[in-house]
Amino acid sequence: MSSRASILEKIKENQPASVTELPILSTLGLEAFDVLEKYKTVLQGIGGDFVEVKDYDSVIDFVKKNYATNKRMITTIPALAEIAETDWFNDDPHTLENVELTLVEAHFGVAENSALWVTDALLGQRVAPFITQYLAIIVHKKDIVATMHQAYDRIRNQEYGFGTFIAGPSKTADIEQSLVLGAHGARGLIVFLME
Amino acid sequence: MKNNLEHSEAAAIFNKDVKRVDWHDETLWFVREKRDKAAHQIPEWELLRETASQIKNNVLSNIHDYLVEFESNALKNGIIVHWAANADEHNKIVHSIMEKHGVNQMVKSKSMLTEECHLNEYLSEKGIDVIDSDLGERIVQLRKEPPSHIVLPAIHLKKEDVSETFHEHLGTEKGNNDPQYLTEAARLHLRDTFLTRKVALTGVNFAIAETGEIVVCTNEGNADMGAHLADVHIACMGFEKIIPQRKHLSVFLRLLARSATGQPITTFSSHFKKPRDGKEIHIVIVDNGRSNQLGREDFRNSLKCIRCGACMNTCPVYRRSGGHSYHNAVAGPIGSILAPNLDMSKNADLPFASTLCGSCTNVCPVKIDIHDQLYKWRQVLVKEGHSPLGKTIAMNGMATVLANPMVFDLAGKAGRFVMKNMPALVNNSLNPWYKQREMPAPPEESFREWYKKNGKESKAKNNE
Amino acid sequence: MKIGLFIPCYVDQFYPKVAIATYELLQKLGCDVHFPMKQTCCGQPMANSGYAHLTTGCDTNFIANFAAFDYIVCPSGSCTLHVKEHLHDANNEALASQMRKRVFELTEFITDVLKVEMISGNFPHRVGLHQSCHGQRGLKLSQMTELNAPFFSKPEQLLKGIKGLDLVSLHRKDECCGFGGTFCVTEEAISVKMGQDRIKDHEAQKVEYITGFDMSCLMHLEGILKRQKSSIKIIHIAEILNATV
Repeated sequence: MSSRASILEKIKENQPASVTELPILSTLGLEAFDVLEKYKTVLQGIGGDFVEVKDYDSVIDFVKKNYATNKRMITTIPALAEIAETDWFNDDPHTLENVELTLVEAHFGVAENSALWVTDALLGQRVAPFITQYLAIIVHKKDIVATMHQAYDRIRNQEYGFGTFIAGPSKTADIEQSLVLGAHGARGLIVFLME
Repeated sequence: MKNNLEHSEAAAIFNKDVKRVDWHDETLWFVREKRDKAAHQIPEWELLRETASQIKNNVLSNIHDYLVEFESNALKNGIIVHWAANADEHNKIVHSIMEKHGVNQMVKSKSMLTEECHLNEYLSEKGIDVIDSDLGERIVQLRKEPPSHIVLPAIHLKKEDVSETFHEHLGTEKGNNDPQYLTEAARLHLRDTFLTRKVALTGVNFAIAETGEIVVCTNEGNADMGAHLADVHIACMGFEKIIPQRKHLSVFLRLLARSATGQPITTFSSHFKKPRDGKEIHIVIVDNGRSNQLGREDFRNSLKCIRCGACMNTCPVYRRSGGHSYHNAVAGPIGSILAPNLDMSKNADLPFASTLCGSCTNVCPVKIDIHDQLYKWRQVLVKEGHSPLGKTIAMNGMATVLANPMVFDLAGKAGRFVMKNMPALVNNSLNPWYKQREMPAPPEESFREWYKKNGKESKAKNNE
Repeated sequence: MKIGLFIPCYVDQFYPKVAIATYELLQKLGCDVHFPMKQTCCGQPMANSGYAHLTTGCDTNFIANFAAFDYIVCPSGSCTLHVKEHLHDANNEALASQMRKRVFELTEFITDVLKVEMISGNFPHRVGLHQSCHGQRGLKLSQMTELNAPFFSKPEQLLKGIKGLDLVSLHRKDECCGFGGTFCVTEEAISVKMGQDRIKDHEAQKVEYITGFDMSCLMHLEGILKRQKSSIKIIHIAEILNATV
């Protein structure tokens, strides 16, 4: 008998006699609060930053002012072609090793933890938001939801090969509980909250 | 964990360095406080716990069908699924994948399951170089130690220890203890690892039956750096990691990081559904005693665990004894109810390394009745003969005395007499109580002696 | 209603003052209290050590001594909890189950059954309250800090009316003292360390007394205090409440 068969057989034998019911989730995540304000507060609390912008031109201005534009920048957003490369999707991911700033868009954000949902459709390459030294994500203010319950409601049956919630820059506190930003992923995250 | 010390012996040694044990205890208590702060910011926190608990109860009662559903969906997505009955099979499967691809280097992100299976050692013997990419895990790997905590692997180490280790292995400045500096050194050292390794191994935080996808949560981004650059991503999971539907992640992702470290969510919560074009994702589903535990009605609920570590942070015994004293991949309260199932004789001491205070049960995000299970394991272990003979004799003696009012009375009188008139018989180094505590002062009379003279019935008699 | 006084074995033998205080206090509150002379022990020390199967003798003796009472009251959270959860009689499970519902720890009996909200009196001292685990988390005598739930405390409520009693706020409000039954000797190093740490918390608040509703915890703390030659004194909550009524 294969391990698969023997494991499943043992499980069937040993699991409880009857199936208990799944609980409902509809009573969760109903607390009312200022979603945008909370998003901003939480994001800063976890080491991220935000800038409120009205359009992509404002994003371009900000980036030119605050980042080393002589270093390599990549984006999946055609409107940002002026400051970043747009045709790296089919490159070997290892070649993104020298990227200084990655600019992508998110499907939506979650106020309670400031996380942003991105999938491979928006990432160009899966490694793009991780391999970069700095990360910038654009999200529309109307696309901020309150909690993870609304988030998964929105995701529902979305098709993707890969998706991730990104909340703040990468970090670790593994050395005597001292928080250090920039472990293996991005050292800093800026969120452009667009009108 | 190659030591043969029982928990109490290891703990006694741990407590010799008072300053260090205070530091370890305060550090972990601080993590508990961060968890409390996070929990108190969610008014519906207790409802969340109850919901998570019920979801996991449902999972355990239907796990066969959920696993079949999961596998079917994963296969449809182009993921390769393996099943391992035990640790040895798991290790062989991982090795065979590497062999098939002709690769002898691997980058790993945190997986307590692989610690449980001793994967690193196995692969090392086969000539495979494994680098642990989680900073805490890398530190203990360089020091040739096991992790002491499932979420904070190097919590037992001070920055001076890390500095020394990095100086020796990574060439960092001697005596530079700055965590920022040390982390940057690790970032550079491991970046090269991510860029050159063709096989990445990760754990699995949650596996979704409905869609066949797996979720891996990290703060560092190391699981993703490994997986998205490698040709082959191997994900190892205990079969109990399955949850029914995607939307259930809303409950678990709200609870996991808050319970573990007090963060609202980990930096990355990555959902892997399909491999990249031309690349492979393998999932290894592991039993290794879990189906056995599933059949133990009293202990089945330990399989609800989402590996947050909150029980360790709150446990006053864990904080003062350190993870290594539990000689098991998973330490602390949850480790103590999982380990006896794996090896009763080796782990018979663990359920007794507790005062049954109940704090663990009440921080557990999925409401595992940990302290009740600790009590029940004690009964099982004694019944199965894993109790020292001296203890059994003493307990039988106690049972006789305590069941019999006259004997009890006599024993009490005798005890007090000895304590009063021959204190040296009791106040000496053979009495473990006396090592650091005074004995209670023996009173002139017991309560029942007082009551005989002054109680209701005697007063009534005296008034007759 | 007839009340059976259930006195923990070690209180009977080593801390009779606590039992006397409990007895007197209940009478002052208008109760008809009796102490069945043949009681011994609830069996907890053996059960917690994995020898629950040896406690039938204790169970039988307990039932024989206390079956006739309307309520069984005990000045100990852990003993009360043990009986509440583990009292069995293979020959008369219905009776055992019934009796489990009638057992109460002293402070919860006063607040929940006698419905006494406050006890007036005088105890002009700085006091730290030790929340014994089994009473707090098991019997729910007060809210535990692990939960996100409203605060309540039956012992504190009773102490509220005591004039001059300055109840301090501890840093770790409900951490275990480390007694844990046979744990106190089988894991002696940790047991003592936990007790020492509890004491440090109280010392930081400059208490004169440490009180609680479980003499086992207090006995363990007292042992350490005496070894440290500390001036802090131990007093069971029954003694405070009784001295002042």
